[in-house]
Amino acid sequence: MNVLSLSNIKKNFGSIEVLKDISLNVREGEVMSIIGSSGSGKSTILRCATMLETINGGSIIYKGKKVAWENPDGSIVYANKGELTKIRSYFGLVFQNFNLFPHYSVLKNIIDAPIHVQKIHKEKAVEIAKDLLIKMGLEGKENYYPCQLSGGQQQRVAIARALALNPSILFFDEPTSALDPELTGEVLNVLKDLAAMHMTMVIVTHEMNFAKEVSDEVMFMDKGVVAQTGTPEEVFSSSNPRIKEFLGRFYG
Amino acid sequence: MSLNVLFLQLLEGMVTSVSIFVLTLVFSLPLGLVISFGRMSKNIIVRTISKAYISVMRGTPLMLQLLMVYFGPHFIFNINISSNYRFYAVIIGFVLNYAAYFAEIYRSGIESMPKGQYEAAKVLGYGKFSTFFRIIFPQVIKIILPPITNEVITLVKDTSLAFVIAVSEMFATAKALASAQASVMPYIAAAIFYYVFNLLVAKIMEIIEKKMNYYK
Repeated sequence: MNVLSLSNIKKNFGSIEVLKDISLNVREGEVMSIIGSSGSGKSTILRCATMLETINGGSIIYKGKKVAWENPDGSIVYANKGELTKIRSYFGLVFQNFNLFPHYSVLKNIIDAPIHVQKIHKEKAVEIAKDLLIKMGLEGKENYYPCQLSGGQQQRVAIARALALNPSILFFDEPTSALDPELTGEVLNVLKDLAAMHMTMVIVTHEMNFAKEVSDEVMFMDKGVVAQTGTPEEVFSSSNPRIKEFLGRFYG
Repeated sequence: MSLNVLFLQLLEGMVTSVSIFVLTLVFSLPLGLVISFGRMSKNIIVRTISKAYISVMRGTPLMLQLLMVYFGPHFIFNINISSNYRFYAVIIGFVLNYAAYFAEIYRSGIESMPKGQYEAAKVLGYGKFSTFFRIIFPQVIKIILPPITNEVITLVKDTSLAFVIAVSEMFATAKALASAQASVMPYIAAAIFYYVFNLLVAKIMEIIEKKMNYYK
């Protein structure tokens, strides 16, 4: 079953068409990487899927539940507020620059939404959080504040925060782009662990080796359209000149 | 008149000054937040009214505003005002005036919050209300503490303006004593009182600022 279906997504910022006609399906347990040059619309597709941007065309469906669809006259309708709140709990998003809450400790960053949004008991939320911190290699950091952590550690807290809500699918928007090269490894390792546990993920990334290694499917985007979708082998050995040129810059 | 008696009399006035100070803060800080919401509202009518309010309150003398609040009901609406109303008029005048300044301070803090904080909260499922009061506002407080301290210190000194509608706070008392004794001593004593009051206020604000320093 598809956890997420995006069909014919269009998005304009003013007169600029950022997404021209994007369709993608993510099956349960699948890891999809979205690659492509800056400005190709990779992040915008995540922002549309996570309802941070509204679409101008197409449809978004999570687990059979419609988020947004097109009326016969072409206008876009979003589901009602209650339905959207429910659907929002299906996904999590990890940002490029973490967006942790600086005034909350590591623990509070992770448990606050489960307690105040999902109304989970505090003891239960703490238990989940501590378990996640161990998985993230952050045992004992509960009472630290984000400013006391390295970028890699902050990003792992952000991943734990997203996982604490038990989402069906997790989006990553260039999760290592704000990190020093020597810190990207620790975040990528966490993603690999999650992939091994069959967490459904969509990852926008510039880490080509990582994308090749961990993905079930790779989508190459160019100027707001999907240039190619396929297995890592198919995309990385593509004869598409645009893809060859792009990958050539990474592999010299 | 001995210094002791002078100090005692000033102290009595000081109680009124402190009451004006405390009551003004208690009411103008929340009211300022409400006005800042109005000022940032998407509704153009609400926004324009709030903007005009702030503009008038900041653009006219507080002393004049106090006189308007005190005499306005009588001269405009022909309502008989009792002398009890003096103190209320002072509080109303101060609250209306300071709320305008606080509104702009809140706005500067709220608008400086990174968009990513709202987005993270939204994706995590926080509603508008809890996003603001759990995530945004606590961070805003930290940012706006220095300008708030400025306003609070100004307020300590501004309480002396209450004398224009004959509320006998400390300044009015000092003035009366000075002319009765033909001496500058009451003024010096009042100056010391104001200064110590402000020293205390500054110290308290410094402690609060330090408390907020647990994160960057």
